[in-house]
Amino acid sequence: MDLELMINSFPKLLSAAVITLKLLSVSLLIGLFIGLFFAILRLNKNIFINRFAYGYSYIFRGTPLLVQIFIIYFGLGQIEYLRSTVLWVILKEPYWCAIIAFALNTGAYTSEILRSAFQTIKPGIIEAGKSLGISNKVIFYKIQIPIAIRQSLPAYGNEIILMMKGTSLASTVTIMDLTGVAKYIISTTFKPIEVFIVAGGIYLFMTFIIHNIIKFLEKKYSFN
Amino acid sequence: MELLAFGDTGWGDELFYATLMTIAVSITAMIIGFLFALVFTPLKLSKNKFLNFIANSYTTIIRGVPELLVIYLFFFGGTGAVIFVASIFGYNEYIEINAFITGAFAIGIISGAYSTEVFRGAIQSIDKGQFEAANVLGLNKFGKFFKIILPQTLRLAIPNLSNVWQITLKDTSLISVTGLVEIMRQSYIAAGSTRDPLFFYSFAAVLYLLLTFVSMKLINRLEVKYSRGY
Repeated sequence: MDLELMINSFPKLLSAAVITLKLLSVSLLIGLFIGLFFAILRLNKNIFINRFAYGYSYIFRGTPLLVQIFIIYFGLGQIEYLRSTVLWVILKEPYWCAIIAFALNTGAYTSEILRSAFQTIKPGIIEAGKSLGISNKVIFYKIQIPIAIRQSLPAYGNEIILMMKGTSLASTVTIMDLTGVAKYIISTTFKPIEVFIVAGGIYLFMTFIIHNIIKFLEKKYSFN
Repeated sequence: MELLAFGDTGWGDELFYATLMTIAVSITAMIIGFLFALVFTPLKLSKNKFLNFIANSYTTIIRGVPELLVIYLFFFGGTGAVIFVASIFGYNEYIEINAFITGAFAIGIISGAYSTEVFRGAIQSIDKGQFEAANVLGLNKFGKFFKIILPQTLRLAIPNLSNVWQITLKDTSLISVTGLVEIMRQSYIAAGSTRDPLFFYSFAAVLYLLLTFVSMKLINRLEVKYSRGY
């Protein structure tokens, strides 16, 4: 056990963890909007809109995140037309490519979580809203969405943790996140176990914090 | 389309073998995962606090740390560990472990943590009366487990195990970083030599979709089989 290496690599890994957290929070924020959008499409009665949303979530949930990152980072740059548009400013950056891939991926899972949350809302609650003369729009924003958010908190907490682990794939497109830096230290020192303990410890700590925040929110917004 | 031709002119046969490799690694990893679950599920259900702690540490650490980091640990640390163990037994030559075993083992440990949780949940949700009834019938420990508990556990576990299978299948794409030629690695090679990453990575995505789709159909059949009588 090389304690000195562990102590020396800790600050490096800690500053890399900040990048991991940045990747995570930005992609979760974008992914939440994507997820909400597609969840609403899934509830639509129009079969084409419905199928479209289902297809989106099926494709992104059925393929590895690594493939998605590679298609966006290596694949899209190949399209000549894209290179001449404003989009290229974003797509040439590995950082944004990773975030786009993460956001689309977590969006697919989030849409499923929110859809099932919407579907478990008892019809009586919506009827109660209607009988009070509240408009459909207000029922949706003031009644359905808050209840759905509460319902989906446990599943969404899992999704946040899965996504945090997913951000480690950013290291495959040259981003020096926690896993990227850990791999770099391992390959220069050949001390995989020491680095794994420190980097893994930081990941576990972040998981622990996220888990407790979700637990706190669940308690705060519980019905009873 | 000529990019996918079989033989020397295209990448069809290479990708076909790569797909078989992905299937082989996934199945091996899943089996290794079951073996881990077989050890850790009883520890999780045990009344002994220390055994509980070991099993909980295993599932918590594996499920809280990125798969890629675990793979790097095995990729860089696996050879060293094997050489160390061999040196204890007096063998001092360099040993190279192949990428298949390292990869399947790394993914297997990850899949095992998820399987353990699934089996634990399934066994815990079996009605207490079933255990008591088995006792009343005078079955011995083995008969009780294999004839009464296991079939019911499987019925409850299969839907969740199908999720574990999906996770395992997708996780195998990460082994490509160790150089094992599965779908992802082969697409990477093909994309590099043809300068057509968009096509090959999209094709890889299609292959994975196909694998998940077909395996879901097969698992659904199993589900029907094990829920006879319900």
